[in-house]
Amino acid sequence: MAAILEVKDLHAFYGPTHVLHGLNFGIEPGGITTLLGANGAGKTTTLRAVCGMVTTRGHVTFEGQALTGKATEDIVRRGIAHVPEGRGTFADLTVEENLRLGAYTRKDKGNITGDFDRVYRYFPTLKERSKQQAGTLSGGEQQMLAVARALMMRPRLLLLDEPSFGLAPMIVQDIFNILRTINREEKVAMLLVEQNASLALNIADHAYLLETGRVMISGTSDVIKNDDSVRRSYLGY
Amino acid sequence: MEAFFYQVLSGLATGGIYASLALALVMIYNATHLVNFAQGEMAMFSTYIAWTLINAGMPYWAAFFLTVAISFAGGVVIERVVIRPFERQDAVLAVVTVFIGLLLILNSVAGWIYEYTLKVFPSPFPETSYFGGMLNGHQLGLFGVTFVTLILVYLFFRFTPLGLAMRAAAQNPESSRLVGIRVSWMLALGWGLAGAIGAVAGMMIAPIVYLDPSMMTGVLNYGFAAALLGGISNPWGAVLGGFIVGVLENLMGDYVVGTELKLTVALVIIVGVLVLKPSGLFGKTLVTRV
Repeated sequence: MAAILEVKDLHAFYGPTHVLHGLNFGIEPGGITTLLGANGAGKTTTLRAVCGMVTTRGHVTFEGQALTGKATEDIVRRGIAHVPEGRGTFADLTVEENLRLGAYTRKDKGNITGDFDRVYRYFPTLKERSKQQAGTLSGGEQQMLAVARALMMRPRLLLLDEPSFGLAPMIVQDIFNILRTINREEKVAMLLVEQNASLALNIADHAYLLETGRVMISGTSDVIKNDDSVRRSYLGY
Repeated sequence: MEAFFYQVLSGLATGGIYASLALALVMIYNATHLVNFAQGEMAMFSTYIAWTLINAGMPYWAAFFLTVAISFAGGVVIERVVIRPFERQDAVLAVVTVFIGLLLILNSVAGWIYEYTLKVFPSPFPETSYFGGMLNGHQLGLFGVTFVTLILVYLFFRFTPLGLAMRAAAQNPESSRLVGIRVSWMLALGWGLAGAIGAVAGMMIAPIVYLDPSMMTGVLNYGFAAALLGGISNPWGAVLGGFIVGVLENLMGDYVVGTELKLTVALVIIVGVLVLKPSGLFGKTLVTRV
């Protein structure tokens, strides 16, 4: 199947610091792909590079169109939603306003009411808290809000940066179950960056292991799970 | 007692001007996190445009709305041309310098075109007095105009998608880009709104202080005091601050320091707020995690 996102020889820089050294990978439509790796391997930077949030060199193609050099707001308008590290919710705005902003660029304004129902079905607590300021939500609820806001964009590719960060294990399990349901029901492709490798490999079809800005190993989740070096370094058994 | 009520009422009326000016300052503060020192001169220049239109024979209200529109466009153009180059950098001092440069340029250009002599600026309101002579028609009218302006601004930010996007862009530019908002244009729109609101304030104050290139210098001080008192990041706080400063100015001027030292009241408020409660009465305390 043709890849929905294709990354070729991608380099990224923070000022003079060279962070990604020629990444190559692809993401299949409708699948879940995960990027694994230690702190500083370049996982977050890869997501930011796809969305034009860092200086890059190389090629990123989404549905056959080049994204390199485009502004973030133009990239996301093409159907890529990014749930950033630290969730990036608008703390002073209400839950409902946050979701409304997710639909900001949508042309089909008539369907937005239906989309509220749709994301509230995945995350019922958000409906109860719709008039509350986002900053007053718990960490788990804020993560749900961040995912829900991304879904309001009706993306075809969802970038998720450490959705488990700082959350209790039970809540993380909840969120991952919902992510899997969303992936199945909406056929939205996901690129998941995660510290928790076993969690990520359970949900993903495909995995790439990054080390200092390069892809070290890639394959289906089952293959990666059974790779000895991955097991020892990232899964801990 | 009657004199006291008179001072309070007329204080509320001029307070409306300070409130609009403070609101304009907040618009730009929220977009750039800097106080626009040229806000007063922008308003002054807008008032001259209105004066030109009225003198050319245009009816007052047509000139009024055309001036508001021109000032909106002017604000957007200023942002695009002189502020935008500094947007991506952390160049606080550079932007402040640009503000002061704008102040001087607008002041000199106004003086060059219109000369420094005082000009009479018309009021669209009748000269009859109300409340047993406590308020004149213009004071009542300017109160009404300010009130309508503030309501419109409130409705815009509270209920329109564009208003919501502007609030989002001011609060969290990165997340705003991630939902597709063109943050840079939102900042320009903020400047446009500040220009338009300032124009309303200028046209309302000009019949009282007369039109000349320095007419806003004193008024801007009160606007600063109002914005700081209410909390420079909070539009509604700034508006309330405007009314408080207006009343305070009158009462202090009449009962405590005398008319000559009225402006000092504004400065005392500015210094007092900065020392005692830098975030203002309703502003958000900025906490940075290190």
